[in-house]
Amino acid sequence: MKRLNPSWLRSGVLVALGLSLCSGPAEAHLNSTGMGPVYDGLLHFLTSPEDLVPALALALLAGLRGAAFGRRAAIALPVAWLAGCLSGMNATATTGSAILSSLWFLLLGGLVIADARISLGAMTSLAALLGLVHGYLNGTGMGPTRLAVAAALGLTAAVFVLTVLAAAVVVQLRANWARIAVRVAGSWIAAAGLLMLGWSFRGR
Amino acid sequence: MSTARRAGAAPGLAVLAALLWAHGALAHVQQGEAAGFLTGFRHPISGLDHVLAMVAVGLWGAQLGAPAIWALPVAFPLVMAFGGLLGLMGVAVPGIEYGIAASAILLGAAVMFEVRAPLFVTAFLVGVFAIFHGHAHGTELPAGQSPLLYSMGFVIATGCLHALGIGIGAVHRWTWGRRLVRAAGGVVAIGGVFFMWKALT
Repeated sequence: MKRLNPSWLRSGVLVALGLSLCSGPAEAHLNSTGMGPVYDGLLHFLTSPEDLVPALALALLAGLRGAAFGRRAAIALPVAWLAGCLSGMNATATTGSAILSSLWFLLLGGLVIADARISLGAMTSLAALLGLVHGYLNGTGMGPTRLAVAAALGLTAAVFVLTVLAAAVVVQLRANWARIAVRVAGSWIAAAGLLMLGWSFRGR
Repeated sequence: MSTARRAGAAPGLAVLAALLWAHGALAHVQQGEAAGFLTGFRHPISGLDHVLAMVAVGLWGAQLGAPAIWALPVAFPLVMAFGGLLGLMGVAVPGIEYGIAASAILLGAAVMFEVRAPLFVTAFLVGVFAIFHGHAHGTELPAGQSPLLYSMGFVIATGCLHALGIGIGAVHRWTWGRRLVRAAGGVVAIGGVFFMWKALT
């Protein structure tokens, strides 16, 4: 199979990160792209850093561990996300997920910092749990409609693409400094999680 | 067009795409609100006392080499965020201003004299000072709309200041560079003395 050019992979992740940093205020409904529910779901993920950053952290962790872990995360995370999203569609909208997001930031950021040598089973469990929880939170309030299912598919596609791109970039890193840069990114994610936690306790 | 040139155009495309997602213009000036990433990013670089200490962490890491060069910039944001957490939760930490000024003095002096302490000592020292800096930021953080984006901007700016210090410290490999880095440490220490004097008066 032809290998993707690493510079293209890096550019893809940079674009995704750039878009996430320019996101608008969090809203309890899907953003409207005017291009249909699939793209609405896709954009929702890309403009929701509380969803995007934990998925990115998991992809970084999987990439640090190797290609097999990256492949497993790229399958388990989107599948679980879709399952969570579909199961949450019948629930009423929930609030107070900020603390949960903070804890995910802390856990996954901490694992990236430590370059934790977790097993493939643990990686699968982490991906499944993250996908189910965040997918469920995404699904709540959508309502069990065909449009919502299409949006969930778009959202899942975005999760898949981000996970594949980020994990692939990290897997092919060989230089010691580059792997350390990934771990520094993990420390930033964990630090942001700590600050968010404090903010949750204080209230806005 | 070559692959390299196409890859080089990607950042420009990212900026263009980001512009397409720009917010609607607001008809009032926002003051003191944690409106997002840029507000958070500006916060650590808006105070010279914080800037001096964080750049000094990078300089010291560059002098010490591996593993301190990456361990210190990893430890500082984490412990600083813990200090921020304490500040946000209203936990009092006495002598914050003195601690911040002392951090610039001691870290600057460590760079100036090329102090080569064991890693756990340097990490402990940097961690203690990070609590002071984080607590000060935590108590100053304004109420706002997007805590997550604000926090990310805040942490990334801190990391960039460390990277700046490491970048300057990269000249350490040359004789003139070592003198330059030590002189930079001296400037940081003098800045710390100034801020200590301000805190005391």
